[in-house]
This record gives sequence, C-alpha cells and structure tokens, in this order.
Amino acid sequence: MNNELIVTSSPHVRSQDSVKKIMWSVVLALLPAVFAAVYFFKARAISVVLTAVVGAVLTEYIFQKVRNKKIAIDDGSAVVTGLLLALTLPPSIPLWTAFFGSVVAIGLGKQVFGGIGQNPFNPALVGRAFLTAAYPVLMTTWTVDGVSTATPLSKMKMDGIATDTWNLFVGQIGGSLGETSALALLLGFAYLLYKGYVNWRIPLAMVGTVFVGTFAFGADPIFHLFGGGLMLGALFMATDMVSSPTTKNGRWIFGLGAGLLVVVIRLWGGYPEGVMYSILLMNTAVPLIDRYTRPRSLGEVK
Amino acid sequence: MKALTFKQGIHPEYNKELTKDKPLKNAKRPEEVIIPIKQHIGAPLKALVKKGDQVDLGQKIADGDSFVCAPIHASVSGTVKDIRKVTDPGGNTVDAVVIEAADEDTLNSGLDKHESLDELEAGEIRNIIREAGIVGMGGAMFPTHVKVSVPDDKNVDYVILNGAECEPYLTVDHRVMVERPKSIIFGLKALMKASGAPKGIIGIEENKPEAIESMQDAAKNDDNIEVQALETKYPQGGEKMLIEALISREVPAGGLPLDVGVVVNNTSTAAAVADAIRDGKPLYERSISITGRGINSPQNLIYRIGTSIAELVEQAGGLKDSAAKVITGGPMMGAAQKHLNIPTVKGTSGILVLVKDEVEDFEPSPCINCARCVDACPMFLMPTQLVNYAKHDMVEELEEWQVLSCIECGSCSFVCPAKIPLVHHLRLGKAQVMAKKREEN
Repeated sequence: MNNELIVTSSPHVRSQDSVKKIMWSVVLALLPAVFAAVYFFKARAISVVLTAVVGAVLTEYIFQKVRNKKIAIDDGSAVVTGLLLALTLPPSIPLWTAFFGSVVAIGLGKQVFGGIGQNPFNPALVGRAFLTAAYPVLMTTWTVDGVSTATPLSKMKMDGIATDTWNLFVGQIGGSLGETSALALLLGFAYLLYKGYVNWRIPLAMVGTVFVGTFAFGADPIFHLFGGGLMLGALFMATDMVSSPTTKNGRWIFGLGAGLLVVVIRLWGGYPEGVMYSILLMNTAVPLIDRYTRPRSLGEVK
Repeated sequence: MKALTFKQGIHPEYNKELTKDKPLKNAKRPEEVIIPIKQHIGAPLKALVKKGDQVDLGQKIADGDSFVCAPIHASVSGTVKDIRKVTDPGGNTVDAVVIEAADEDTLNSGLDKHESLDELEAGEIRNIIREAGIVGMGGAMFPTHVKVSVPDDKNVDYVILNGAECEPYLTVDHRVMVERPKSIIFGLKALMKASGAPKGIIGIEENKPEAIESMQDAAKNDDNIEVQALETKYPQGGEKMLIEALISREVPAGGLPLDVGVVVNNTSTAAAVADAIRDGKPLYERSISITGRGINSPQNLIYRIGTSIAELVEQAGGLKDSAAKVITGGPMMGAAQKHLNIPTVKGTSGILVLVKDEVEDFEPSPCINCARCVDACPMFLMPTQLVNYAKHDMVEELEEWQVLSCIECGSCSFVCPAKIPLVHHLRLGKAQVMAKKREEN
C-alpha cells in the first residue's frame, strides 16, 4: 500500500442514490407527458418546452456564476423546473413569455432563497403564478392555428360544455401542454414510485380529497380529476421534495389541504383552475406542518 | 417461522459471502501483545503488574474498585516489557501493558471450572463473569456482570441474545453460532440464571440460515429457549430494535432494556461466559472477521486480545495495493484507522478493508428535504431538522426533538442522496445537549 489511509467518520458505505440521479429520474418521468404534448400540439410543444428548459438552466447558471457558487446545472433540478413550467403553459404561449416565466421561476422561485433545497415554494409554480398575474390573456388563450383548445374546466365553467371521460383520461382535450394526458403523467409517476423517488401520500390525499369533495358537492368527480391541472400538480408539483413536508402525517395533511383548496377554488372561486394556488398556499404551511407532525420517537413519552 | 423485525431501517449490501463460510481458526500466537487496560464503558482500572514482571496466560493484569468496570487479563504468558500510552481503536489514548510472549503458555487465571450451572448461585455466576473480564463483544464493551445485576425493584423475564449481526461484512457471530452453538446455549442459561430471567430468546437474521439451524438444534431440548428468525435489515441488532422486533416492547427514552424486563447480550459474549464458567478461561481471546475487497485473503480468526491490527492483517494475506480505508468493526458504525499499529481490544469484532472505488469522495450538496433520513431512522427521529438545530446551536430544540435518542447507527447518512454526514452532525448535537446538562448539574 503506497498511500495514506483515508479516515472519515462512520458510516463508511453509502447508498448509490444521489440528488442528481433523483432529478434526472424526474426528468425521465416527465418525458411521457412531453411526448403526449408533442403528439397533441405538434412542433409548438417542442419549442415551448425547449425554450422553458433553456431559460431555466441559463438562469440557474447565471445566478450560480454571479454568486460565485459551484456551477451545478448538471444536477438536473433546473431542467425539472423548466419542464414543469412548460407543461403548465398553454400551447399558444409566445416563446418569449415562456422564457421569461422560467427566468422568474428559477430567479425568484429558487435562487433568491439560496438555490437548491432552500426554496419554500415550488419554483415552476412561482413562474406560472407570475405569468398568470402579468399576462392573464396570454395564459388563457387556448387557440392554436385557429382551433380552440380551451380546457374542459373552462369550457365547463364558462360555457357549461362537458367532455367525454375517455378523452379526458388519454388527453384528447384542450389545455396546457402537460395537463391533458393523465395517462402519460401516471406512467411517469409509476416509474418514480418504482424507483422510490417520490412519495405517494401527497398525491393520494390530494386527488382523493378532490374526488370526494367534488362528488359531495354535486360536481362530476372524474371530470375534476382529469379535466385540468390536478394530475400534473398532484403527481409532480405537490410532491416536490423541497417544498413539501418530511413527515408521513404531514404529507397526508399537505395533500388533504391542497385538495380542499382545489375544490373550494374550482367550485366557488373565480378561476376555473385552482391547483397552482392550492399548492403554493400549502407550501407556506410546510414548516408548521412538519413541526406539529413530528413522529413520536421510539420510547418517547409525550 | 415468520421473520420478525422493527419499523423503518435500511438495506445496505451485506457482503457476507467474503467470509461467511470460512471456519474460525486460531491466529498465529503473537510475539508481543499490547493490551490497553481500559476495555469497557465505565471507571478506569489500575495496572496490577509492573515492568519486568512475569505473567501467565489469563492472569489478571488490571482491575478497579468501581462496580462498573471489567478487569483485564494477560493474553499470553511472558514478560511485561513496558507500560505505556497507546491509541486504542476508538481513538482514545490509554495506558497499555506490553507483554513479550514466552515460548509456551500456561493458563493461570485463578478461576475454577464448573461442569454444570446447578452448583452455582446467581451471585457466583455474576462474580465469575466479572472476574473473567467479560464485556459486550458486539463492540460496545459494556461490562456484562453489570447488565445481569438486576436491581431489587426490577424484574427480568427475558435474556435476549443478539445473533442478528446486522453490520455488513462481519461474520464473527455467524461462525460462532455455527461452530459453538452448545457453548452459546450454556452461556445463555448462565446469563438467565444470573439475571433471574425465566426465558431466553436468540434472534438471528434470516440471511444466516446455517446459524439459525445450528442454534435451533442446540436448543431443541430447552423449552424456555427460543430461536427466532429476524428480517435482514439494518440496524436489526440494535438493542432497542431487537427488543421491539422480538417481544414488542419499547425501551423508554433514556432508559435501559432492564426497564422493560430485558437483558440483551451478544451471542459471542454468551460463548465467552461459557468459556469462563466451564474452562476457567477469562476473556483474553476472541473471534474476528478480517474482510473486505482490500484484503488478500479474507477470513475469520481467533486472536489474542492485544495483537496489533497490522499483525492480523498480515495473517489475512496483507493489504492489496488498492486498499484505501481500514476500519475496525463494520462499515456502518466502525472506526476508520489512520495506521495499522493499533492494538485490538475485547470489542474488536472486525477489520474491514475497503478499496479506492468503494470510498468515493462523498462531497455533500444541499439538503433537498427528501425525507429519506426521516423514513429510515429506526428511532423515528427527524435527522434533517436535528442537523439544522445542531448547526445553529439550538440546544433546546435539539433536546425537545429527542436528539439524545439517536443510536448513531448511520442509517440517515447511508440513505442521504445529498451525501450529508448526518450522523456526524447528530453526534455533535448530542454533545451539545450533554454539555448543557452537565452545566445545569
């Protein structure tokens, strides 16, 4: 043996997982939804997705450079944010708007808080919230090449038109890029579940609450499950590790709260949708939820 | 038999195949032993010998007056060459007796031999255990006679033997269970008699079917002794996890297994108890796994305590060129050593040598709140939160969030995808709380 022995504190073996692996797996898990978007919205989808991803990664790079931090764009987290934001945008969105949304998502949603792991809100939703506030018309224009692709939710809310359930599920409907095909989203989510990279309590609680809630108040629960952004939000945004609770009970509460807010906004609010604000509102409650759901440690007398 | 287990925990790679089928064999008798004279948790000892003294094998060379201590015995016959400070595997500087071995060993321990436990009272058994210097051989080295001395206001109904050997790589307890099951059963009965426990359970992880079979066979005539399979999961051998898995009792925070009527001992400790009672043999030798991809010829040896790590490594074929880290104990809780000139002690159950690609540089990145540590912690703590508190000296919060319950098993650090040395920070957090408690007293 020629060199010095390495001395570090235990444990001396680690699992093979890394933040990078988790993030790129999320990217992989979002690909079915991206492909579905390309299938339904053609080349338009590709340009919006690419623009949002490039915008997110570029912003991440510039912030890290300016703050003299290690350049870590290869960890995949900015790609995830860009993808998620793109999937929430209408296909007709001007590319500069998508780009601007990504800049805000990474800049104001993540980097101002100190970068990865520090953001209290889901960055993609911060980006979308900004665009919704700044460009309400662009964000609710559902026309591509002269054909209306209004979301089933707004058709229902604004015009009282219902949509066929099977079309809802596979995504043969109007809406934001990634919101249309529940099937594609579930496929990606199943992959993450299999890898153990996502928790199931939040989406189950959230979707379950929306189902029960809408049913209880006389709305069509299936329609509410698949007609809007609920699947994308519940499966991929509410489950964002950084901005969701770390305790098991906390995850139930988080999902339940977000689900209730969706029901309230959709049934009685002014917006046809409600997933984005529901998740953002619940994000603010995460430290509190964690604090009050600390599990009883083994042998602890509370 | 349905395998039992505790909640949460992790599944590291076990790597036991390197040594699990290698029978125990005696290591070469060392020419010199360096025996640290504090090899237990508790009060320090005084040396009973001085430079130039002749000593016999098994002769007591250090002892103390305190209840919580365990004497030390010569592991070879020979001449005391020196008494000097050395660094033990735990990194502590301790006095050690250096003995140059004579040509032959003469056992002279002053302990009587007893064929059967019937002729011994509980107190006599405890005394033999003490005089034989027996401590917990799983690594913690807590004096065994103290464990089985049950206070008048407490009642013990179970002695649990820990044959889980949940640390990856190590196969010592496995070999002892396969090769010396009758001694383990004898030792278990002695521990039951000493503590007044009517029942005994031996818990063994499922990945050691030969050991389960061997112990079942040895215990088949004893109705009050049960051999129970445990799920292969780390840290199954943790005292609290073992008790939870086997008899569904929860040791209260800050309390002892005694508080729930249990005494837990390692299977190798039980075998050592049998050796002391039947053969009058104090704890001067023990078994060890010398293993890992960085060692040329991995094997299980029986060595004299005080043999240097360098010598044992040599007997296992020496280090490979790729060797990068030498650990005493297992990979989860063992201690990395700076060099090999370190004496072994009663708790040294393994020497693990990892190679370069196994000790990649774990550079920590920021926590992403993924909660894997929370989901892994067998004590149901929240490592992420505790680490934040520890970093910011928030002692009250550390205490409130139960940092003192941390058993330092390393499961949190193991699963962390950001490679944060969580358990290291938790140790610092525990130290902060302990310091505050000392100040208050």
